Amino acid sequence: MPEDDAEEQKPGRISRAVHAAAGPAVRGQERLAAHPPPGPFRPGFWRSPIRGPWLTAVFGLVLLFGITTLMVTGLLSYAAYDPDVDPVNDLTPDKGILGFYLFDWPTRPYWLYRLLQGVHVTLGIVLVPVLLAKLWSVIPKLFTWPPARSAAQALERLSLLLLVGGVIFEFVTGIMNIQLWYAFPGSFYRLHLYGAWVFIGAFVAHVILKTPRMLSALRSRSLRAELRTDTAHTVPEPPDPDGLVAADPAAPTMSRRGALALVGTGSLVLLATTAGQSIGGAWRETALLAPRGREPGSGPNGFQINKTAAYVGITPEQIGPAWRLRLSGGPAEQTLSREDLLAMPLSTHALPIACVEGWSTDDQDWTGVPLLRLAELAGVPRPSAVLVQSVQTGGPFTATVLAGNQVRDLRSLLALRVNGADLSADHGYPARVIVPAAPGVHNTKWVGRLTFRT
Amino acid sequence: MARFRRWYGASPLHLLALAGCFALAAYAAIRLFDYEPLRVAIWFVGAAVVHDLVLYPLYSVGDRTTQEAASAVSRGPAAPGVNYVRFPACLSLLLLLVWLPEILRVVVDTFDRSTGLDGSIFLPRWLLITACLFAASAGVWGLRNLRRLRRRQHRL
Repeated sequence: MPEDDAEEQKPGRISRAVHAAAGPAVRGQERLAAHPPPGPFRPGFWRSPIRGPWLTAVFGLVLLFGITTLMVTGLLSYAAYDPDVDPVNDLTPDKGILGFYLFDWPTRPYWLYRLLQGVHVTLGIVLVPVLLAKLWSVIPKLFTWPPARSAAQALERLSLLLLVGGVIFEFVTGIMNIQLWYAFPGSFYRLHLYGAWVFIGAFVAHVILKTPRMLSALRSRSLRAELRTDTAHTVPEPPDPDGLVAADPAAPTMSRRGALALVGTGSLVLLATTAGQSIGGAWRETALLAPRGREPGSGPNGFQINKTAAYVGITPEQIGPAWRLRLSGGPAEQTLSREDLLAMPLSTHALPIACVEGWSTDDQDWTGVPLLRLAELAGVPRPSAVLVQSVQTGGPFTATVLAGNQVRDLRSLLALRVNGADLSADHGYPARVIVPAAPGVHNTKWVGRLTFRT
Repeated sequence: MARFRRWYGASPLHLLALAGCFALAAYAAIRLFDYEPLRVAIWFVGAAVVHDLVLYPLYSVGDRTTQEAASAVSRGPAAPGVNYVRFPACLSLLLLLVWLPEILRVVVDTFDRSTGLDGSIFLPRWLLITACLFAASAGVWGLRNLRRLRRRQHRL
């Protein structure tokens, strides 16, 4: 296979011995190869008897599907912010062609974003042990000696820095963000999006170059036979051209079956202690370690709060009796009190809140005025978009532009009540937006002004 | 073609795939490094370096120490019981690695104030899960030994 050329030129143990025996005839590079620095650069340093192409290929196969799913759900989640609809929505205005796939985000099915982001975050967490295992399985290659025997190998190793640096960077920023630890430099959205694109290039190249090797390694052993082999009967894989198999293997302390069980159990434990925050209902309590494994309260307003009113600095005056909703964009600005809004024909729809952090609420019964009715009242009967502004001052997402399809969906509400009760301050009293299938931060709370566009 | 291979060391497809990878990476990296380039670079390269040269050696040494301790206890070269320690220890450390900011309360103020939830529950929960993992492992070990013992008694 031509893809393996770079690998085939690397010295196996036998060829290394031959080169060393060739005496004065060896070229400089070969002399270098024959004298690796001590420690991890020596092939005898790596002694795990189960490390080898087959085990690497099994982890690689899981990651091939898993990371592809993360990529697709991640890019779709970015599209869900509708960055092309208005600069207000665009958290990465310098994205250039990296936003080529953007489209107006649909409102159907209403649970779309909930599913998408739940899968993205939960799967990312579940893949952590698989990723660690994959990196463990190939770590001897980091210390390949000589560092490069050809231009091809040098370039490929550089691409591996992008691959490994990229994947860890993405996992670390994602896992920190869902725990609200914003210690990384700058906006999460920029880092996670551009970091993803650096990684994606390296990932695609790696898949192109390594898939044939992965398939041949998978075919080299039977999974069923491995799952029946205990530690006592575990033998190393035959020597491989990639140098993964130990030159001087230690006695086995764990079978390949055991290693797969350990990684699989790790994924299962993470799944069991995380998924509940996205599934909701009675399952929420099972998310023992996920950030949103409990409800913040009980009663109609007892569901998850992204940011509390106190945290973002909402004052009682801003949302007290003096609060007014301003409707603009039409011939004349309209001003409405909460009583005026409650006197209008109200609709009730069951919709969830789903956060980019992966957690979501169950469907809540929101009661309010459809945004389209407010557009008609403002004198813009066929709105192409609406700018929603919160009375919240400062902080991200205090203003959002909803696309035409979102405004025109009759389930998109300016909600006044939830589950039969008035909204609580933390859920956006006096009025908040709720839009089917939109990311949570587009459901603006404490709305002060709606500007409809024709 | 043969000359290209001799010069480059692999097929043209190899070079094409990597050229595509670097072009896309460069295009994205210009944007990634637009703000605080040094810190972003430290994070990006540091991610790989910390894993390969800190995390990996740490867990390898930890594992080797566990094995040596186990074989010292069993006074033999092979310690069949070592995996009953390895399994729960690995799982517990994995949970700590993923949920470290929560468990160690790195962002105590931000978390509690912004979510309205109590962030102090994660450390006791993690400790409890760790205890359960070790207890479950000990239970499996005990059951297996009991079964082995019974089988031996049957034979006698």
